[in-house]
Amino acid sequence: MSAKVDTSLPLEYQTEQDRMNILGFWVFLGAEIVLFATLFGVYGVLYERFAGGPTHQDIFVIKDVMIQTILLLTSSFTMGIAIFEMRRHNLKGLITWLVITLALGAGFLFMEINEFIHYAHEGATMQTSAFLSSLFVLLGTHGAHVTLGIGWATMVIIQLVKRGLTPTTARKTFIIGLYWHFLDVVWIFIFTFVYLKGLVA
Amino acid sequence: MGIKWDEFFITGDPLILGSQIAILLTMIGAVAGITYLKKWNYLWTEWLTTVDHKKIGIMYIISAVLMFFRGGMDGLLMKAQTARPEMEFLNSQHYNEIFTTHGVIMILFMAMPFLIGLMNVVIPLQIGARDVAFPQLNALSFWLFFSGAMLFNISFVIGGSPDAGWTSYFPLAGKEFSPGIGNNFYAVALQIAGIGTLMTGINFIVTILKMRTKGMTLMKMPMFTWTTFVTSILIVAAFPIFTVALALMTFDRLYGTHFFTVSGGGMDMLWANLFWLWGHPEVYIVALPAFGIFSEVIATFSRKSLFGYKSMVFSILGIALLSMVVWVHHFYTMGSGPAVNSFFSITTMAIAIPTGVKMFNWLFTMRKGRIKITSAMLWALAFVPCFVIGGVTGVMLAMGAADYQYHNTLFLVAHFHYVLIPGVVFAVFAGLYYWWPKMFGFMLNERLGKWHFWLFVIGFNVTFMPMFFLGLNGAVRRAYTYSAESGFAPLFMLSAIGSIVLAAGFAVFCYNIYWSIRYADRNISSDPWDARTLEWSTASPVQFYNFAKLPEVKSLDPFWHMKKKNEGLTLYDSEIEEIHMPSNSWLPIYMGVIFGIAGFLLVFEWHIGSAVAAIGIFAGLIIRSFDYNEGFHVKKDEIHRIENAWRKTEGEVHDHVS
Repeated sequence: MSAKVDTSLPLEYQTEQDRMNILGFWVFLGAEIVLFATLFGVYGVLYERFAGGPTHQDIFVIKDVMIQTILLLTSSFTMGIAIFEMRRHNLKGLITWLVITLALGAGFLFMEINEFIHYAHEGATMQTSAFLSSLFVLLGTHGAHVTLGIGWATMVIIQLVKRGLTPTTARKTFIIGLYWHFLDVVWIFIFTFVYLKGLVA
Repeated sequence: MGIKWDEFFITGDPLILGSQIAILLTMIGAVAGITYLKKWNYLWTEWLTTVDHKKIGIMYIISAVLMFFRGGMDGLLMKAQTARPEMEFLNSQHYNEIFTTHGVIMILFMAMPFLIGLMNVVIPLQIGARDVAFPQLNALSFWLFFSGAMLFNISFVIGGSPDAGWTSYFPLAGKEFSPGIGNNFYAVALQIAGIGTLMTGINFIVTILKMRTKGMTLMKMPMFTWTTFVTSILIVAAFPIFTVALALMTFDRLYGTHFFTVSGGGMDMLWANLFWLWGHPEVYIVALPAFGIFSEVIATFSRKSLFGYKSMVFSILGIALLSMVVWVHHFYTMGSGPAVNSFFSITTMAIAIPTGVKMFNWLFTMRKGRIKITSAMLWALAFVPCFVIGGVTGVMLAMGAADYQYHNTLFLVAHFHYVLIPGVVFAVFAGLYYWWPKMFGFMLNERLGKWHFWLFVIGFNVTFMPMFFLGLNGAVRRAYTYSAESGFAPLFMLSAIGSIVLAAGFAVFCYNIYWSIRYADRNISSDPWDARTLEWSTASPVQFYNFAKLPEVKSLDPFWHMKKKNEGLTLYDSEIEEIHMPSNSWLPIYMGVIFGIAGFLLVFEWHIGSAVAAIGIFAGLIIRSFDYNEGFHVKKDEIHRIENAWRKTEGEVHDHVS
């Protein structure tokens, strides 16, 4: 509860409450890991149950997936630069790089929605088979996280514009940064265990 | 997906019609009563918008007692139905609904909130903190739990109760075999309550890691704090699995996916695996804090330090670890083969080792102690033999090969009631009698407490002991009736009589609360039990900022040593500083309401309405994001006044133990 400020630390770590928020978010990310691990587990169990419907090779378009991957990985990199600018107390740089990050995230999301539409045109919907149910829910959960992240980061950017860099806004930015990197890590697993594995199956 | 208004209210059953009328009258009565007494403002500012961990804890406990009543009623109805062969009191559908809601309510809406309530009240006090790490999140946790609980409870008057068992196994729980909306209530209500529980887990992990007072290292934490910490880790590790399982159930039921269905390549046993991957840790999520409560109560009333503190800590960690690798023992009959079943048999039996260590530690704590037989201590004493019966029958069930004989019989039902009632219910009663004066500043009546204890414990044994023998004789669980030729009738009757005694015990408990609120002595010490941990070093009921100055800890049982050495107990004027506290907020209760509305609409598969309500959820999140309320500071004068008020009267009060 104490409002003591330790100015020797980076902005986001300066008050006890901010330190607790960051630790709490790490614990939350632990829960998110369990959540995605369960979804991967479900996919791992059901991924060859096509029920006569389309298989991985029938629907995956590796070129589009590569573009999605590059967009999201780059956005994680730009998010890293944003936090770097925050540590340098460069508000303008921070906001610029955050906006670039979100633009890349939106690009990823656009590609993913197109991918889903493409699947539906191929007759591959969530209701077709257990494989597709688990595929759509795994990808959809990740996509929903990205969507939420974009909305959330927009709120943080507005606060940065309104209030500038304070311990509180810095902490909020730092936490959305953690979240964004986490989504990137999840995507690496999706790319490997869903797309690549599906194409070599 | 059209709205079937004619199926909205459940009609045609006199029992349910009676309940509907009773609910309506109670609601009118409550609203009228609050309006007449002009208590709306008080209710809103002091309780509904509070972020104070003690008040949130009390609200959890009140909800839990209400849910205990509801779940207990379900239990009594089942016992009435099976009291004699071929009874026609409940039909099979109604019986299915009742055993389903009994299980869900007792585990998720009684045991969990009761323990989380006690954790909320006690943990910040035990570690010498002024609140939890995230007070507003804590309130949100409560309101999400409450919202989920209410949503689940209205199912029996609106729309229909879930009827596929508390485990809701597929394919039975799927749309194909349970086309009604009952199981939607299960999927959605538990999801909402589960989010709240996950947030509680995160909150307590951070609170215990970061907010311990000066000098309290991890190995100087009270045992209840330790068990809460490990339970919180288990919550974070296990609840997301349930979140996913319930979400997939919702998709299967509402949107026609094929995760657990028989057609389309789904796999029904995947549900069983996911459910128990959460469900078994869940058993320890409720058992571990209960063990912590017993540790506090036994140490206090044996007037000794807890025996084998370190081995206790390692046992808790061992139990937590093992709890994650035993889930298949719930369905040995799935046919995973001897290798898998053997593995899970061994891990299951291994749990008996750390649990046994704890048992002996409790017994050795009592050895050569100056034992005080209070109501709280009686519960702890009765826990030992009763829980051992539950544990030993658990080892019997753990043997994969033998389990084929016990599976799905009343033997199993008796076993888990022998684990959960002594292990959790006895514990929350012990905890409630023990911490009641800390919460309210007066004690529960000890004489009525003993009536409560003896009726409840005798009733419990008479109810569930016969079920072991019924199960061994082949009586299956979840069957609404049996034939006269089976020869089960006498034991079923005995069990039904036991349940009435059990209910009488609960009634005495409720009467005790009423009696104590009206007549109990208000002039008591802030440390009536001569206890050992920090929560007893401050006022009863605890002032809203908990501690005027944060205590300093040098050893285990810090308050005991402070009393012995008479240090750190007096408060000097120079030590008083302004205290920063968080402000109340309307957002948590708003989120609870809006989640409830969105969930309700989703249960009825009114997707557009549900989506509109979900906008309200996002609105709440955005408002929270822009909320820069920094809380307020308590002025020195006010602290002075509050501290003087309780410190001056100490010494003229009635001591109860020493």
